[in-house]
Amino acid sequence: MSLELVSYGAFFLTMALTFAIICLGLNVQWGQTGLFNVGVAGFVAAGAYVSALLTTPEDAARLGGFGMPIAAGWLGGALASAALSFMVGALTIRLRADYLAIATFGVAVVVQLCALNLEAVTGGPFGVGFIPRPFAGTARNPLSFGLLNLGLLAALVAMLYLLVERLTRSPWGRVLRAVREDEAAALALGKNASRLRLQAFALGGGMMGLAGAVQAHFIGFIAPDNYMPMLTFQVWAMLIVGGSGNNRGAILGAVLVWAIWAGSAALISTLFPPAEQARAAALQIVLIGVALCGVLLLRPRGIMGEEQIVSRHVGKPHKAGAP
Amino acid sequence: MIGASLSDAQMQSAPLTDPTGATAPSLIEAHGLVKVFGGLRAVDNMSIAVRKGEMVGLIGPNGAGKTTLFNLLAGSLAPTHGTITLGGTDVTRHGPDRRIRHGVGRTFQIPRPFAQMTVLENVLAGGQNQTGERMWANLLRPARVAREERALVAKARALLDFVTLSALENQPARTLSGGQRKLLELARILMADPQAILLDEPAAGVNPSLLELIIGRILDLNRAGTSILLIEHNMDAVARLCSRVVVMAAGRHLAAGSPAEITRDPAVVDAYLGGAPA
Repeated sequence: MSLELVSYGAFFLTMALTFAIICLGLNVQWGQTGLFNVGVAGFVAAGAYVSALLTTPEDAARLGGFGMPIAAGWLGGALASAALSFMVGALTIRLRADYLAIATFGVAVVVQLCALNLEAVTGGPFGVGFIPRPFAGTARNPLSFGLLNLGLLAALVAMLYLLVERLTRSPWGRVLRAVREDEAAALALGKNASRLRLQAFALGGGMMGLAGAVQAHFIGFIAPDNYMPMLTFQVWAMLIVGGSGNNRGAILGAVLVWAIWAGSAALISTLFPPAEQARAAALQIVLIGVALCGVLLLRPRGIMGEEQIVSRHVGKPHKAGAP
Repeated sequence: MIGASLSDAQMQSAPLTDPTGATAPSLIEAHGLVKVFGGLRAVDNMSIAVRKGEMVGLIGPNGAGKTTLFNLLAGSLAPTHGTITLGGTDVTRHGPDRRIRHGVGRTFQIPRPFAQMTVLENVLAGGQNQTGERMWANLLRPARVAREERALVAKARALLDFVTLSALENQPARTLSGGQRKLLELARILMADPQAILLDEPAAGVNPSLLELIIGRILDLNRAGTSILLIEHNMDAVARLCSRVVVMAAGRHLAAGSPAEITRDPAVVDAYLGGAPA
C-alpha cells in the first residue's frame, strides 16, 4: 500500500516536473520578455513528435522511426521546437502583444491539425506508440522505475533551472526585461529589441519542445489529443499561480496546479458514477480557474512573484556616503 | 510672458558653450526634414545643426513639431523627406536602436523608466557594448561578463550620485516622482557616453529646487563637452542654458539666434511668447 503510494507520488511528481520545464520556457518568453505566447501546446507537440519519430523503431505505416537513442530524441525535439519558434518569431516578433497571441494560437492549431492529419508522418489520430522510455529495463518494478525517472527529471529540471537563472540574472536578462517594460526606451538605448525578443522566443520554445519530448518518452505514447489548447491554459495557469518572472515560482506553480488537476481527477473518479465522469471532468478546469482567480485576488504577482533585484552581479547594497 | 521677464544679468550667465565657433564639426545635422501624418505636415522643411560642444534650444508653441523633429532625429519616426547625419554618418534610414552608436542619445518628454526594474538596473541598461547582453556570452565567457559588469555598476553608481538618486538605487523605478524620473532618464542615457543628447523638456513639471538641480547638471554636462539639443518651454531655463535658440512654428523654421535676439523678435513674440517684447 505505502509502496504504491510512493510510486504514485513519483509518477505524479515526474509529470509535474515535465510541466515545470514547459513553464520555465514560458517564463523566459512571458515572464522575462513579455511575449504573449498562446500557442504553448503547439511547441510542446512539435518537440514530442520529433523526438518520437527519431527514437521509435521503424514503422512501415509512417515516417521513421529512426531508432535513435532517447538523448538524441530529447535534443532533436528541443532543437526542432527552437527552430519552429525562431521561424514563427521571425514572422511575428514585431507584432504587439495581442496580435502575437493570435498568431501563436494559430500556429498551435496548425501543429495539432498536422499531427492529426499527416498520417504518413505522425500516425494520424492514433498517434505514435512504442516510444522508448528511460529505464525501461526496470519497468517491471514500478517503484524503482518511478523513482529513477523522477530522479532523471529532477536532475534535468535542476539543470534547466540553473541555466535560465544564469541567463535571466545576467545583463542579457536585464535587457530582456527592459524590452518588456518599454520597448521604445530600450530602442533609444541602442538595444536591438527584435533580436532579443527572437532569442527569448526561441529559447523558451526550445524548452517547451524538450518538455514535450521528455513527456512523450515518460508516457511512451503520444496522440494529437494531448496537445489541445487545454495544455496551453494549464501552463499559463501554472506560471501565473507560481509567479510570472520568477523561475522558482514557475516550478512551484507547475507542481501546485498539476496537483489540483491530478487530485481533482482522482476525486471525480471516486465521487461520480462512470456514466457521469466525462462530464464531471469539466470540474477540473473549473477548479484551476478558481485557483487562478484566488491567486490573482490575493497575490496578483503570483505566489512568488518577480524579485526586485535580479542581476547576480549587483549583490551588495550601495553604502551611503561612498563616492 | 516668461521671456519678457528675462533680465540682462541672466543673459550674461549663459555659458560660452562653443568657444571655437562655427569651425567645430556638426554632431547632429538635418536637412530639409519633412514629416507628413495623413494631411498634416508636422515637420515641414526643417534643417538644424548642432555643433560639437554646443547647447541649442528648440522652442515653439505646442504642436509646432518639436517633439516630432526629435523623433525624426532619434529614429523613432522615419522622415517623409530629408536627410539626417549623426557624427558624420547618414543615418536617415537607420532605426532608433542604431543611432546611439553615432554618439547621439535622447530622453523622452514623458519619462519612460523601466518601471518594474530598480533605479540602478535602469541605469545599467544604458550601458553600451556589453558582452553580457549577448545571450551565449553569459555561459561561454562568464569571467569577462562579470568584470565588465563590475565596472558598469561602479559607473552607474557614480552617475546616480551625479543626479542625486543614490539613496534610491534599489527602489523600483515606478516609485519615483516625475522629477526623479527625469533625472533617472538623464543618468540612463549618460551611461551610453553620448557626445550629444536630445533633451525633451527636462524641466517640465519639476519643482523649483529640482529644476535648479537639473539645470545645474545640464550645465555640468555641457561644460564637460557634451552637445545638447533642448526642447523647453521655460524661457528662463533656455536663456540660462543655450547660446543659440531655434524657434519652430507650424512645423517650420521661424527664427534663430541668441536667447536675447529671440525674445525681441516680433515674429517669435507673436507666435510663441505672447505680449510685448522686453
